[in-house]
Amino acid sequence: MTIRGFEFPTPELPPGIEALRADVRGFLEAEFAAGSWAPQSNFMAGFSAEFSQKLGARGWLGMTWPSRYGGHECSALERYVVTEELLAAGAPVSAHWVADRQSGPLLLRYGSEAQRQAILPRIAAGTCYFSIGMSEPDSGSDLASIRCQAKPADDGWIITGAKVWTSNAHRNHFMIALCRTGPAGDDRHGGLSQFLIDFKADDVAINPIYNLLGNHEFNEVVFDELLVAGDRLIGREGEDWQQVTSELALERSGPERFLSTFRLLVELVRACGPEPDRRAAEAIGRLTAHLVTLRRMSLSIAGMLEAGEMPNVEAAIVKDVGTRFEREVAEVARLVAPVEPARGAPGNEPNYAAVLAESILHLPSYTLRAGTTEIMRSIIARGLGLR
Amino acid sequence: MSRSHSIISEVAERLFRDLAEPEVINRAEEGIWPDALWRSLEQAGLTLAPVPETAGGGGGTFADAVAVLHVAGRFAAPIPLAETMLAGWVLAGSRLGVPKGPLTFAPVDATEAVTFEPEGGLEWRLSGTAHRVPWARDAGHVVVLGEAGEASVVALVEASLLRPEAGRNLAGEPRDTIHFDGLVVGRDKVAAAGPGMGRHSLFLRGALARAAQMSGALERLLELSVGYAGERRQFGRAIAKFQAIQHYLAALAGHAATARAAVDGATSALAGNPEAAVFAVAVAKARAGEAAGEGAAIAHQVHGAMGFTYEHSLHHATRRLWSWRDEFGGESVWNIRLGEQVAATGADALWSLIAER
Repeated sequence: MTIRGFEFPTPELPPGIEALRADVRGFLEAEFAAGSWAPQSNFMAGFSAEFSQKLGARGWLGMTWPSRYGGHECSALERYVVTEELLAAGAPVSAHWVADRQSGPLLLRYGSEAQRQAILPRIAAGTCYFSIGMSEPDSGSDLASIRCQAKPADDGWIITGAKVWTSNAHRNHFMIALCRTGPAGDDRHGGLSQFLIDFKADDVAINPIYNLLGNHEFNEVVFDELLVAGDRLIGREGEDWQQVTSELALERSGPERFLSTFRLLVELVRACGPEPDRRAAEAIGRLTAHLVTLRRMSLSIAGMLEAGEMPNVEAAIVKDVGTRFEREVAEVARLVAPVEPARGAPGNEPNYAAVLAESILHLPSYTLRAGTTEIMRSIIARGLGLR
Repeated sequence: MSRSHSIISEVAERLFRDLAEPEVINRAEEGIWPDALWRSLEQAGLTLAPVPETAGGGGGTFADAVAVLHVAGRFAAPIPLAETMLAGWVLAGSRLGVPKGPLTFAPVDATEAVTFEPEGGLEWRLSGTAHRVPWARDAGHVVVLGEAGEASVVALVEASLLRPEAGRNLAGEPRDTIHFDGLVVGRDKVAAAGPGMGRHSLFLRGALARAAQMSGALERLLELSVGYAGERRQFGRAIAKFQAIQHYLAALAGHAATARAAVDGATSALAGNPEAAVFAVAVAKARAGEAAGEGAAIAHQVHGAMGFTYEHSLHHATRRLWSWRDEFGGESVWNIRLGEQVAATGADALWSLIAER
């Protein structure tokens, strides 16, 4: 095999996509003016059920899903435009984000008809939020090593174990928990199943884990012989490795993998003024060139997804390059427009020093969440035929 | 570029694979013109790909030209392909005949100027100096981009009249100096430059051409490095089995992919409004140039001392990357232009500027 490298073809944009973009911008400007939110430097920081419901009412959640499940039959590229506008504006999207991005599509693809009917319309309305249930205390990058166990019982399953880094478990409605239901087999990918956990009804312990900023986003979720009904199983027992990996292209290729520090870039441009010196102009230009190219690659993946492809290696490239770019924005900004980073008081309009502070404190997470840089590179290496 | 390699890329690939072998590249560096390669490309209509058929060209688009240049870069083709395409495009657009054979244009540096003054009633006298003119000594004709008063003018000059001073880039490709002082050119060889065909426009297209060549050369680095890592054994196994090497190669794949994506973006933009094209070409040249340096370093690290020998052909790609990234403006030139545009547009319009591209 001759290795050619990976291509990111230019997607054909559907007609009317710029009108959609203008619509979203108009909505966001009005909402911002009405004080719906203060811009966030970190896309997962803003949780607003009210805002999510407004997006649902506009038809901007579950966009690509069939209308019988509350969806809007739009293309992945239209969804892309909506999500990038939301992120660039720093809108509070974290309530519905995971549900709209990956839990809904997972249920659409593998869920039972009853599960789809019960849940998808609520996600599309912006009233139902999901957490990811993959990582465990002893299983991070090595996902196949999970120990959380689901044993068959007379009237369902008994789940025992713990999940960690569960963002917003204390506020969300459901988690999709990856559990061991059988032996792993030679390829270590067998015996895994996914279950719907209902945070509002099931007897689970949700213990807060504060991050280094002192914020409560993460949780530990503990199952102590939790009995769930048989209809909580998603898809087929023991065949969930493929289900899990099918979520990853969605999770890793989107604009949240290179826009996390976009607010800082905006404030850097403002701090340098309309006539920057050569050094500042060069730094801003370089970051812009990186950003424009990453966006093009990410948009290309939306086009591949729309065409029914599963571009996991291309998604890993976007995540690897994109999250390292996010980190670089902060490191370059602090050198070009030096200021002591200082967190602002809550409620104040964030200035350059405050956005820089938030970005620096969040930096370690960008190259860890949704698969570490090292895992991304191993996936790319496999795509090159090296593993 | 479309995903399915276009027909034109496939034709180009076949020719380069057969006729741009490492020995041909080495001989070209010693000054031996690769005649068989050139003639085959010319016969296939690739040397004038973006020139209209009525002017004797291939009748293709700039996207076709970029596709061919990407392949040419992969094979380190030692010929003035980009230069001939661009010179031919200007000649046809300025209503001058397009001669056969390799062409180049001067000046390439947009800060250099050649002035044209009327000489008697029938001729023009040229003055000025052009540095680092690609392939001047091998070209049959040089297209001179100059100014007569306020107007942009173009002259077609037989290269034999010019006696260029020889220079080379790091890959041994000719980059010569031409002194025009006193050269007199007949009226029938001079014309007003076609719309959008002045030296700034050529500088822009030259930058895109080099970016396209770099994106091809980066793919060559990936191909060579993956192949070498699979063959080379140390500590009892192929070095490709070491995670450190795998991660280097994954990063190299990222550099190659980003360069290509940036070039594709600029190629699409070139068909649209001129302002968007300048922005997108700046992105492409700066991004590909940065990837070139990073990618070359990885490829050499993976190849070890073997890749540092003249015998190994890795340097055909890496020495070109180290040259091309600085031709038609290096990263700092284009990044500063981008940064100035972003700053002038303002912080609050940054997202609009990016999302329009």
